Amino acid sequence: MALNYDQAVAKYEPTLGLEVHVELNTHSKMFCSCSTEFGAEPNTQTCPVCLGLPGALPVVNGKAIESSILIGLALNCSIAPFSRFARKNYFYPDMPKNFQTSQYDEPICVNGYLDVEIETDEGAKQFRVEIERVHMEEDTGKSLHVGGATGRIHGADYSLLDYNRAGIPLVEIVTKIVGGTGKYAPQVARAYVTELRDILRSLQVSDVKMEQGSMRCDVNLSLAPIGSGALGTRSETKNVNSLRSVERAVVGEVVRQANRLETGERIVQETRHFLEESGQTRPGRSKEQAEDYRYFPEPDLVPVVPNSEWIEVLRATLPEKPSIRRKRLQDEWNVSDKEMASLVNAGLLNVVEATISLGADPARARSWWLGEISRLANEKEVDPISLISASQVAEVIQLIEAGELTDKLARQVVEGVIAGGGTPVQVIAQRGLKVVSDDSALMIAIEAAIAAQPDTADRVRGGNIPAAGALIGAVMKATGGQADAAKVRELLLKHLGKGE
Amino acid sequence: MAAISRDDVAHLAKLARIEMSEAELDHLAKELDVILGAVARVQEVAGADVPPTSHPIPVNNVVREDVVRPSLTQQEALSGAPAQADGRFKVPQILGEE
Amino acid sequence: MTSIRSTASEMSAALAAGTITSVELTEAHFARIEDVDSDVHAFLYLDKAGALAQAAESDAKRSRGEAQSPLSGVPLALKDLLTQKGIPTTCGSKMLEGWRPPYDSTVVAKLKSAGVVILGKTNMDEFAMGSSTENSAYGPSHNPWDLTRIPGGSGGGSAAAIAAFEAPLAIGSDTGGSIRQPAAVTGTVGVKPTYGGVSRYGLIAFSSSLDQAGPCARTVLDAALLHEVIAGHDERDSTSINAPVPQVVKAAKKLDIKGMKIGVVKELQGDGFQAGVLERFHDGLDALVSAGAELVEVSCPTFDYALAAYYLIAPSECSSNLARFDSMRYGIRVGDDGVRGAEEIMNLTRHEGFGPEVKRRIILGTYALSSGYYDAYYGSAQKVRTLLMRDFNAAFAQADVLVSPTAPTTAFKIGAIEDPLAMYLNDIATIPVNMAGIGGMSLPCGLAPEDGLPVGFQIMAPAMRDDLMYQVGGALEATLLAKWGAPILDLAPVLAAK
Ligand SMILES: [Mg+2]
Ligand SMILES: [Zn+2]
Repeated sequence: MALNYDQAVAKYEPTLGLEVHVELNTHSKMFCSCSTEFGAEPNTQTCPVCLGLPGALPVVNGKAIESSILIGLALNCSIAPFSRFARKNYFYPDMPKNFQTSQYDEPICVNGYLDVEIETDEGAKQFRVEIERVHMEEDTGKSLHVGGATGRIHGADYSLLDYNRAGIPLVEIVTKIVGGTGKYAPQVARAYVTELRDILRSLQVSDVKMEQGSMRCDVNLSLAPIGSGALGTRSETKNVNSLRSVERAVVGEVVRQANRLETGERIVQETRHFLEESGQTRPGRSKEQAEDYRYFPEPDLVPVVPNSEWIEVLRATLPEKPSIRRKRLQDEWNVSDKEMASLVNAGLLNVVEATISLGADPARARSWWLGEISRLANEKEVDPISLISASQVAEVIQLIEAGELTDKLARQVVEGVIAGGGTPVQVIAQRGLKVVSDDSALMIAIEAAIAAQPDTADRVRGGNIPAAGALIGAVMKATGGQADAAKVRELLLKHLGKGE
Repeated sequence: MAAISRDDVAHLAKLARIEMSEAELDHLAKELDVILGAVARVQEVAGADVPPTSHPIPVNNVVREDVVRPSLTQQEALSGAPAQADGRFKVPQILGEE
Repeated sequence: MTSIRSTASEMSAALAAGTITSVELTEAHFARIEDVDSDVHAFLYLDKAGALAQAAESDAKRSRGEAQSPLSGVPLALKDLLTQKGIPTTCGSKMLEGWRPPYDSTVVAKLKSAGVVILGKTNMDEFAMGSSTENSAYGPSHNPWDLTRIPGGSGGGSAAAIAAFEAPLAIGSDTGGSIRQPAAVTGTVGVKPTYGGVSRYGLIAFSSSLDQAGPCARTVLDAALLHEVIAGHDERDSTSINAPVPQVVKAAKKLDIKGMKIGVVKELQGDGFQAGVLERFHDGLDALVSAGAELVEVSCPTFDYALAAYYLIAPSECSSNLARFDSMRYGIRVGDDGVRGAEEIMNLTRHEGFGPEVKRRIILGTYALSSGYYDAYYGSAQKVRTLLMRDFNAAFAQADVLVSPTAPTTAFKIGAIEDPLAMYLNDIATIPVNMAGIGGMSLPCGLAPEDGLPVGFQIMAPAMRDDLMYQVGGALEATLLAKWGAPILDLAPVLAAK
C-alpha cells in the first residue's frame, strides 16, 4: 500500500537544502562587456571572452561583486575578507571554455540566515533557514535541439548553440541543511524562496522572475526515520521554476523517497527533474562516475578582497527588510493579512506604496491596482506595472476624490491611458470625460425626466422617495453617465420639494 | 608499484575528452609513471606552514565598470564555426543530459 | 648602408633619414625569407599583402611628417600564438588549422598602432609546449647556425627568423623559457618581461600564471625598443600591472654598471651544464667585472625543485586552458558523420588535433588537479612556488640582478632527445623566473668551444625592474662586442639562396 504525504511525514523526517541561482540584472556580463539584454538575435551579444575564443581573458564586473555583497548583507552573511574565483572543469557544449568560472572554497559571502514565517496547526511559526554561502558564477549558453522524435536531446539530430546568455552573472545562494521542519518542509521551502525573492527584488539586483529563469531553484531532499537522528541520502531536484513548484517538488520527493524506503529500496544520490504537470520528479543525468570538477584558483583573475569601508558603503544602501516593511505598511494602511498577501503575491506592493506616497488614498490605491488594472493586465497577459504608472493612477484617484471623475469615468480614463491616449488629463480632455457638474445642464435633464415620467414625479412628491431612482436613472442615461449621481439626486429632490 | 596505472590514464583521458587507443594508453601510462616519479619530489620540500602561491603578482580587486561595449557581429562570432545554422553554432547531438 | 643585417635601431634611423622606405625594407625581408625559409622554416604564414600595406602606410605617414614611433616601418615576425585579426593563427597545432581570429591581441594592436610591419606568423612547439620546436604540427624549424639542429623552443621560429636575418625583430612568449632558451641557442637576444608587464589578452594561453609575451631581437637595445612598444597596462587583462613601464630603452643605452652587484646563482652552474656553456658563462662574468660590476655568489636552494613544480603547475593550467578546443565553436572537427554525438566528436577531435606532448601534459595536469591528488601535486607545487619567490627575494637583497647560463647546453640535433624528462631539463635555468613572475633576459656570451655554437647568458631582475636587466645586458653586450670586434651572428654560416 503506497504511502501518501501525511503517512510519509508521520514516519519520516525530511531534511531540506535549497540552492537558488539568481541572474543579476547588470547591464554587461560577468567577465566581459557584452550586453545582457534579453531577446537579442542569437550570437549577437558575444565577444572573444564569452565565446571562449583562444587568447581571450576575463575581467570581473564590479557591479556584480557589489550586488553579491548586498545579497550577502541582506542575508545576514559575513563578507569574506578574501575571496577568489575558481575554475570548475567539465565539458559541455553550452559552456564555451569547458570550465565554468565560479567560486569554490573561497566564496564572497558565508554563514548567514533568513527567518521565514509559516502557518502551522498551532498558528504562525518562525523558522530560521541558515545560509551556507553566496557565490558568484557565470551562466552558460543556450542549446536548441533539432530533429528527432521528441525535440528533446534524446533522438535529436543536432543541436544549435546561442551564447548570448553565456557569461551572464549568476549568484548562487546555498542553504545549510534545513532540518526540524517535520511535515512543514514544503511550506518552509516555499516561504524561504518567497522571502528570498522579495529580498532580491527589494535590493534591485535581479528581476527574480522564476518563470523566465532569472531565478532558478534546486531542491535537495532526504528522509530519515523519525527519531533516528540519521541523515538520509539526498536527491537534487533541478530547475523548479515557480514558488508553487517548490512546494510541490518537496511533497513529491517526500512521497517518492518514503515509498522507496518502505519497500526497502535504496535512495540513489542523483539529479532529478521536476515535472510541472504531475508534480513528480524523474531521474536526470545518471552519474555513473562521480564528477571530478578539478577546481583550482582561476589564474586569469585576481582575488576579490572587499575592505570594510567598501562593505559599509554598501550596507548603508540596504533597503528595509521586506518582512519588516510589509508589517509597517500593513499597519499604516490598516489592511488584513489576506489583502497584504494578495498585494505581495501580485507583485504590486511597490507600486501601491508609490501610488499612496503620491497622495492617493490607500484603500483606493489598493483596489485600483488589484482590481481594474490587474484585470486589464490579465486580459493583455502583461505585468500590471507595465501598463500605467503610479503617478498616473494617483492622479486619477485624486480626481475621483475631488469629485471630478466618477468611478465609471475613471475606468474609462485608465483605459484611455493604457491605450496610449496620454496622461489622464489628456485623455479626459480628448474624450470629454468630465463629470457633468453644471447645475443648469443637469436641471434641463431633470426637467426632461420629470416631463417624461409625470406619475413617478408625483409619487416622489407624495413622499415615496425611493421612486426617485427611476428619475435619477433617466438623468444619468441622458447625460451619458457623466453626471454625479449624488448631485442629481440632490437637485431632483429639491426640485420636487423633498430636499433637506 | 607504479604511481599511475593504465586504468588511471584511461579515466583521465575520459575526463580530458581525448580518445586513446590501447597502445597509447599503455605508452602514456609508462611515461607518466616516470614523470610523476620525478615531479613527486615537490612534496618533500615545503612544510604545512608554507602558503601556496597561485599567482605571481600581488594584485587584488581588479574590476571593470558595468558598461556595455560593442560585441562581435553574428558573422564574426560564427566565423570560425565548423558548422552553423540559423545564426547559431551547429554541433552534433548532445547526449546524456536534458 | 641599411641592409637586412642591420639592427632594428639602424633601420629605424635609416627610415627616419629617408635613406630607405619601409616598403623597400619589407620587400627586402620577404626576398630573404623567400631565399632561406625553405631551409629554416621559421614561418608558418606570410602576410605579404598586409605587411606591404602596413609599410606603405608607415611611409605615407612619414612623408606627411606625422609623428612616428621609433619602430614605425620596421618589420617583425609574430609568434603564432598571438591573435591577429583575419590572419591564420594555429599555435603550431593541427587543432587550429585554418582558424582566423576575429580580433587582435593587445600586443598586435600595440604593434599596429606603432606602425610596426608584421611579416607573418612564426613556427612554435604546439601550444608552446616544448624546447625545440619539434612539437610543431607543421614540422620543426631549423637553427640557422646548423640546419640539422633545433632552434630552441617553444619560440624556435621567432628566434630562427631573427638569426637568419628574415626579420630584425620578433615577438615570442615565455612560459618556462620559450623566449630565452631559443635566444640562447641561436645567438640572439630574448626577454621575458615581468609577469603582468605585457598584456596577455590575445595570447593563446598555455599556462596562465606563467605565460608572458616579450621581445626577440639581435641586440639589447632593439629588444628594449620593442619592449616599450608592447608593454603597458591593459584593462582587458586582469593580471596586467597598472604601473608605468620601466624605462628599458634608457637603461639599455646607459652602458654603465659600475658598482652594481651581480648575483651568481650557485644552483645554476653545476651538474648538467655543458662545459663550454659554463666556460662562456664565465667569460660573461669576467666581462661584467671588467665593466666595473661586483660579483656575489647567491644561493637559491629551492631552485632544485623548480622544474618539478613547473611540470605540475603548467600542465594543470594547460589541462583547463586547452579544454576549449573541442570542435564546437572553432578549429577542426573530426568524425562528424551526423550520427556520432557531441562527446564522441570531442574525443575524436582532441585525439587527432593534439600532438603527443600536448596530450601528455593535459593528462598529467588532469591528474594533478583531480580529487585525491590535488594537495599532493598541484598544492605542493604551489608551495614550492612560494619558496622560490622567497629564494629570489633573499637573493635580490644581496644583488641588483642575478645571472646564470640560459640553457644547460647548446643547440642539440633535431631528433636527438626523445625522452620527455630529458627534454624538460632544457628549461632548468629559465623556469624559476617564470615561477616567481620576475623578468629574465638572454643574450649571447660567445660560442662553446666544443661545438662552435652560441651560448646564452641569463640576467634576472626583480619584478618591475626590467630596466636593471637591460642596463646590465646593454653593458655586457657592449663589453663583449668590443672584445669580439663583431656581432656574434657574423660568425654564423651564411645561408645561401637555393
Ligand atoms: Mg553553481
Ligand atoms: Zn562577451
